[in-house]
Amino acid sequence: MDVRSSEPDLRALMISGLDGDAAAHRALLERLSGQLRAYFKGQLNRIGRGPVEAEDLVQEALIAIHTRRHTYDRSQLFTPWAYGIARYKFLDYLRRTKVSAADVPIDEAQELTVRDDSAHVDSSLDLKRLLAELSPRARQAIQYVKLDGLSVSEAAARSGMSESAVKVSVHRGLKALARLIGEEKP
Amino acid sequence: MKTDQLIDMLSTNVEPVPPGGLRKTLLGALVAGGVAAFCLMLATVGLRTGVTDGFLPGYLTVKLLFTLSLIGVGAALLERLMRPGQDGRKLFAFVFLPFLIVVCAGVASLVFGQPMAWGRMMFGMQWATCLLCIPLFAVVPFAALIWALRKGAPTNLRRAGAIAGFVAGALGATAYAFHCPDDSVPFIAIWYGTLVALCGAIGAMLGPRLLRW
Repeated sequence: MDVRSSEPDLRALMISGLDGDAAAHRALLERLSGQLRAYFKGQLNRIGRGPVEAEDLVQEALIAIHTRRHTYDRSQLFTPWAYGIARYKFLDYLRRTKVSAADVPIDEAQELTVRDDSAHVDSSLDLKRLLAELSPRARQAIQYVKLDGLSVSEAAARSGMSESAVKVSVHRGLKALARLIGEEKP
Repeated sequence: MKTDQLIDMLSTNVEPVPPGGLRKTLLGALVAGGVAAFCLMLATVGLRTGVTDGFLPGYLTVKLLFTLSLIGVGAALLERLMRPGQDGRKLFAFVFLPFLIVVCAGVASLVFGQPMAWGRMMFGMQWATCLLCIPLFAVVPFAALIWALRKGAPTNLRRAGAIAGFVAGALGATAYAFHCPDDSVPFIAIWYGTLVALCGAIGAMLGPRLLRW
């Protein structure tokens, strides 16, 4: 995949997603997951780690891209933003696992979008177990809104929370999930 | 977990995100931090007594020009540093510009002043109060700015922490300027300049720990 052709598409999908278009958001995350996988596999390969760790990082980066999407400035290019998150998550992984950043070759923003890899493996993460570690409110909100697909108002009625409390719980819960994923890895 | 499962989850019930929210968060932190610093100044050392000439007393102008230009550049940088993919490299050089100007002006006023008066120009009446107050007044603004940065997604934590400390220091210095009885430019260059830079250094040290996400 070529950067010049993917940037306008990805950016349009991102902006539609920010305006609340769930189909565009899904398409964006699907395309990014392939690119992120290729990026992380390439990076991890150079330090001798395998595809499972790469998949963990793909998922961590996808959650970060989702929960931090309000930090994207619509007047800017999309690829450097997504790459900034991917690279941050990669460096954070290195720091956690005590690999020296000096061992990592220098890379550039287009490395994120030049390749695509759809060979999925399962990550080492177990969603049920991760959810169990969230606060009861956040777990319930994510279960209703994100897994069962209830609307926010239905979830609010069923759980007895206000609609804004449901939204806040979902957002906080996803952020906590991203944090848990970070801690899960050795 | 399969990644498709995760994508399903993330793209169910996607909430719209209004533009400009992050900028408002940063602006709110700047205002809240500034007000807190000013109130702390009023509650501790109080406004400068005596001379007042008009709406903006002359003695304040130079200090505020210095501190507000630091806040302006620093805030613009923070707005970029809290977003991935924007490192604000071009703006970064402008952080040093107000320092350079005030140091040059300070040296010039020493050179053209009386050597006899150098001690008074550099140390003024209350250098020790200044030394204590600016970092003290910077604490709440620093906490507010870190809170705002955590709402964003800073990817260069050391630099973001440094600029947060630096802007907090400049907010503390702005509040202190309303008390400060020392008006010479060398005094401003030495004490204000050093203390703001020190706050930046502390911010750089704390950044990686406070801003991780």
